[in-house]
Amino acid sequence: MYEILSKETLAPAIREYVIHAPEVARRAKPGQFIVLRLHERGERIPLTIVECDPETGGVTLVVQEVGKSTREMGDRFHVGDAVLDFAGPLGTPSEIEKYGTVVCVGGGVGIAPVYPIARALNEAGNAVIGIIGYRSRDLIFYHERFQAVCDELYVMTNDGTFGGKGFVSDPLREILASGRAVDRVWAIGPAIMMKVCSEITREFDVPTIVSLNSVMIDGTGMCGGCRVDVGGVAKFACVDGPEFDGHRVDFDLLMARQSYYAHEEACALDRYMAEAGEGAGQ
Amino acid sequence: MIVEKQTPMREQPPEERIHNFFEVPLGYSEEEAIREAERCLQCKTAPCVEGCPVGIDIPRFIEQVKHRQFAEAIATIKAANDLPAVCGRVCPQETQCQGVCTLGVRFEPVAIGRLERFCATWEAENEPCCPDVAPDTGRRVAVIGAGPAGLTAAGELRKRGHAVTVFELLHEAGGVLMYGIPEFRLPKAIVKREVDALCRMGVEILVNKVIGRICTVDELLEDGYDAVFIGTGAGLPRFLGVPGENLNGVYSANEFLTRTNLMRAYRFPEYDTPIKIGERVVTVGGGNVAMDSSRTALRLGARESIIVYRRSEEELPARAEEVHHAKEEGIRFQFLTNPVELIGEDGLLKGMRCVRMELGEPDQSGRRRPVSIEGSEFVIEVDTVVIAIGNGPHPLIPKTTPDLEVTRRGNIVADPETGRTSKRGVFAGGDIVTGAATVIEAMGAGKRAAAAIDAYLRQDGG
Repeated sequence: MYEILSKETLAPAIREYVIHAPEVARRAKPGQFIVLRLHERGERIPLTIVECDPETGGVTLVVQEVGKSTREMGDRFHVGDAVLDFAGPLGTPSEIEKYGTVVCVGGGVGIAPVYPIARALNEAGNAVIGIIGYRSRDLIFYHERFQAVCDELYVMTNDGTFGGKGFVSDPLREILASGRAVDRVWAIGPAIMMKVCSEITREFDVPTIVSLNSVMIDGTGMCGGCRVDVGGVAKFACVDGPEFDGHRVDFDLLMARQSYYAHEEACALDRYMAEAGEGAGQ
Repeated sequence: MIVEKQTPMREQPPEERIHNFFEVPLGYSEEEAIREAERCLQCKTAPCVEGCPVGIDIPRFIEQVKHRQFAEAIATIKAANDLPAVCGRVCPQETQCQGVCTLGVRFEPVAIGRLERFCATWEAENEPCCPDVAPDTGRRVAVIGAGPAGLTAAGELRKRGHAVTVFELLHEAGGVLMYGIPEFRLPKAIVKREVDALCRMGVEILVNKVIGRICTVDELLEDGYDAVFIGTGAGLPRFLGVPGENLNGVYSANEFLTRTNLMRAYRFPEYDTPIKIGERVVTVGGGNVAMDSSRTALRLGARESIIVYRRSEEELPARAEEVHHAKEEGIRFQFLTNPVELIGEDGLLKGMRCVRMELGEPDQSGRRRPVSIEGSEFVIEVDTVVIAIGNGPHPLIPKTTPDLEVTRRGNIVADPETGRTSKRGVFAGGDIVTGAATVIEAMGAGKRAAAAIDAYLRQDGG
């Protein structure tokens, strides 16, 4: 069992957990992920690691409550409770070096996994330009954290209620079009956002790393469910990735595969909500 | 008087069982077991013992069953085999103990597997048998992987008095017994019972431990383990390498079976992990995993389940009993057929383009090589495809243990008799060494390695 050391609501339906898993905390590097399972009937949920504290053994995760399991975690798992299973660190770490100037783009809940990468790149001596985007002002989180590790930060909201109005791809294009030398881009967020960012950076020939959150079961290379097409070759996001060259990823395939269980996910959520509703009525 | 035929074992009728995940064979009653045990000739040569990869004293346990000494019988088995409930169900007895049975020369061999299974069931329902554990030696062994090889090595080492910790990366111990072999062939409660028995002997099993990530083999040795056994199996699914293989609707057998078995997707939404099954399911491959996948598909609700295999029926690598059960359940076999493309519409699988094959000259395996017949392409309409053409070695340990010698294919190089690897104090066995094989072969390797590890710890001082 893995105890929840802290739980904070960052924004509506976005929560930050610190979970006690000292062996993972000791070894995890930016870009890696864990798989957790809430209880005996739970599914294995892959989540990118945000931060680790080897002293306390805490592993920080940010969870967006989109489906049955993540909602259940938000509703029923509190500080002092424990999740049943927690395995990691999985996947290949980000390649952190001194590149020069790097742009770290985070969209929505993808802001959480790009944060440790921005921080590590900053520590490695890079000039870090951050671009983070939210749907709206009330969904903003980790803004200050990014300010602390970025030399320059652009905040976007889709509806213009905070920062610039539009998408993260807008400042990305402006920066590259301005002729500034950018040596590398990390873009993490919804598949469509990563696709658009990769298309822009391709025009300017800037190496771009994306982190793919495909559907997976074990997270260790055994199921092959997470396979993605990278440069015409099938790769496993769990062991070959999750980071890949964004210019070589077939994002349309990724999106199709991500939505394969949409119907089942909706059913499970409806069923859970109905049950939770009954519970609340008692 | 010699009884020519085996005592039959009752089974769930096919038309019923294709709608549930309960076990197919129902086991012997005490009377049936005794009747079958009475068929044994108790021949002095006992070729069956030689035929058993873990060397169970088969005539002895059968004699004990015959005299209704069931507790003694299970103790005899457990002296050599820590997983009898598993082996009684999934061992290919027809090519091992039963294949060399003296009675089998003229009549049906003694149903040794069924008797082993009976003893294990008797134990579960009566008194648990806890094998003797030697006094503590003060030596510690780390076992990586809680599959058949690792669990066997762990049990054998524990019996010899060593402290054993098993590290498993999934959330349940059992390896392929848990994620691969379906419930209707090997109920998961039985696997858990066998694992619990090891824990009662004092084996420590830690799940969710990804060795190679939380620590390396070298660090285990530095951290006070005197020896390491690697039994990480063949977990890496192979794909066909044909166009369209990433379409939605195409599963590796590993994913298809893991969702169903380990994650219990057949009980979705009661369990959280879903699985999708179409009306027509095609499984590609001819081994036990292909049989398991195609029969699982039926139970998940497929209207039609077809096996496509590139060679002919004669070359099917699956056990005869599995093929028989599959046929009984209405699985359709399409032999001498090979997929060349998976066809999709809007990202969703719709069809499989196949080519007909004919058998040419024998290849390295001694089987006649299938050759495609030009111009014979045709399309099968299909909703779900399961690729069951084998698995490669799990790469994590070889990748994170620099001085461990591996083959070109990524298998660990180990002495077949002792499991010794190129690295001092590190032993390996099972599918990670041999490539995908059987549960009992992996167990045999685990057992031999345990003996070698024991000798190493005693002679070399660890």
